[in-house]
Amino acid sequence: MESGNVAWILVSAALVLFMTPGLAFFYGGMDRTRNVLNMLMMNFYCILVIPVLWVVVGYSLSQVPFDNDFIGNFDAWMLNGIGIDDNGGALATIAYLGMFAAITPALISGAVADRMKFSAWAIFVPVWSLLVYVPVFKWVFGGWLGQRGSLDFAGGTAIHVNAGIAALAAVLVLGKRKGWPQDGHPPHSMPLVMIGTGILWFGWFGFNAGSALAANGQAAQAFMNTFLAAASAGLAWLLVEWKRDGHPTNLGAASGIVAGLVAITPAAGYVSGASPIFIGLIAGVVCCYTVRLKTRFGFDDSLDVVGVHFAGGLVGSLLIGFFANPEFFGGEFMEGIFYGGSVRLLAEQALANGVAIVWSFALTYAIMKVLQRTIGIRVDAEAESTGLDLALHSETAYHGGGLH
Amino acid sequence: MKLITAVVKPFKLDDVKSALREAGVVGMTVTEVRGFGRQGGHTETYRGAEYQIDFVPKTKVEIVVDDDQVDRLVELLTDAARSGKIGDGKIWVIAVDTLIRIRTGESGPDAI
Repeated sequence: MESGNVAWILVSAALVLFMTPGLAFFYGGMDRTRNVLNMLMMNFYCILVIPVLWVVVGYSLSQVPFDNDFIGNFDAWMLNGIGIDDNGGALATIAYLGMFAAITPALISGAVADRMKFSAWAIFVPVWSLLVYVPVFKWVFGGWLGQRGSLDFAGGTAIHVNAGIAALAAVLVLGKRKGWPQDGHPPHSMPLVMIGTGILWFGWFGFNAGSALAANGQAAQAFMNTFLAAASAGLAWLLVEWKRDGHPTNLGAASGIVAGLVAITPAAGYVSGASPIFIGLIAGVVCCYTVRLKTRFGFDDSLDVVGVHFAGGLVGSLLIGFFANPEFFGGEFMEGIFYGGSVRLLAEQALANGVAIVWSFALTYAIMKVLQRTIGIRVDAEAESTGLDLALHSETAYHGGGLH
Repeated sequence: MKLITAVVKPFKLDDVKSALREAGVVGMTVTEVRGFGRQGGHTETYRGAEYQIDFVPKTKVEIVVDDDQVDRLVELLTDAARSGKIGDGKIWVIAVDTLIRIRTGESGPDAI
């Protein structure tokens, strides 16, 4: 690999790592004062356990060999046979992909906030990564779904739809928080949410533009798409709620930005021109309404992982079926409907997401059920009431006023 | 008129609020406070070192009520705030001479 490409992948890897703390603050600010440290810990735990798991077996099972259908082998376990030849391109790529593996289960933490036992989370994360993330990642990137022609540039299907539907399965087993939905659970710190949003947007340039796995024109276009989709989705959400509810809110802007980033993720290296603006606008409007489904259907997805990540990921992934523009990229992928293609690409997108949804939902539900019947998944009522920070971690987030 | 002050566990505040609302109380003042009684404090751990937290977070609820309501409301409040464990808090009642609604200038029980 050329040294310029290696340099960009290394920088991108660090950018993606930074997204997990960003996500922690995005979620943590939305949480209440007594549970914010538990939320940060659920996220940080993912960047403790997943890098190790990824190097031991995750990478090898999901990418070696690249083009077999269902699951890889153990040839590259423990970085076996990976050297620093070729400018270290293989090492840089493995580290880069490990960052994605780490943030994916972290996305689910927002749904189970305020009530899940940390011991159960500690087991859920590596088990889910091996049984759900690794196979879906394999099928989408190099495996049978990718070979059929479905497109996922940086992880719309493999990461956001996958984690989003897993979040739904997890909360269906876990149950609602005490007092939901009649009591509001307002964010305890909107400034933390906005800092988290900024870190996510910043890191997402590595997530999407880095997925070109080269410092080239496709990376530059993916960068521009990430820039535009996030802005236009944030703008769309802000305008919808301003008109609908009377006020433009910070949380609306932040949620729209994230929805746009999620939606452009699968499309970032396949669309061009004004397409990211349309994808962002559509995702912003759609997600502004899908976050209301939880109260209508009664599933307590605390911080809207389903409404933003699942819905946004699915919208972006399906829109590739309309906006994909292989001529612009000189690429070997199918054209979207707006660029002279048939519905075949859209059908492949639907199939790939359908498979990911069924697999992820079923396996996540099963993992949560097994944990529920063995070690238990839910904290007791007193711990839920007094707060998970003190009950599970023996820490409190805020020591104010000099009174300890 | 009487001022009822209750210092309760923070997580009991919702139960207290609902009980008082259902009993017809139309307003209350709530303050986040810290203190200790027989429960003492708790410990937190940072880098392996234990820290004794003497003043535990509590919530102080204050309502001004008419004399004939006091017994009923204190009983309701006691039931709502009780978990049966140490640290449930205290309730005290003192007489109030004057009460004025700022907007209208009404005074006495009319201002409740």
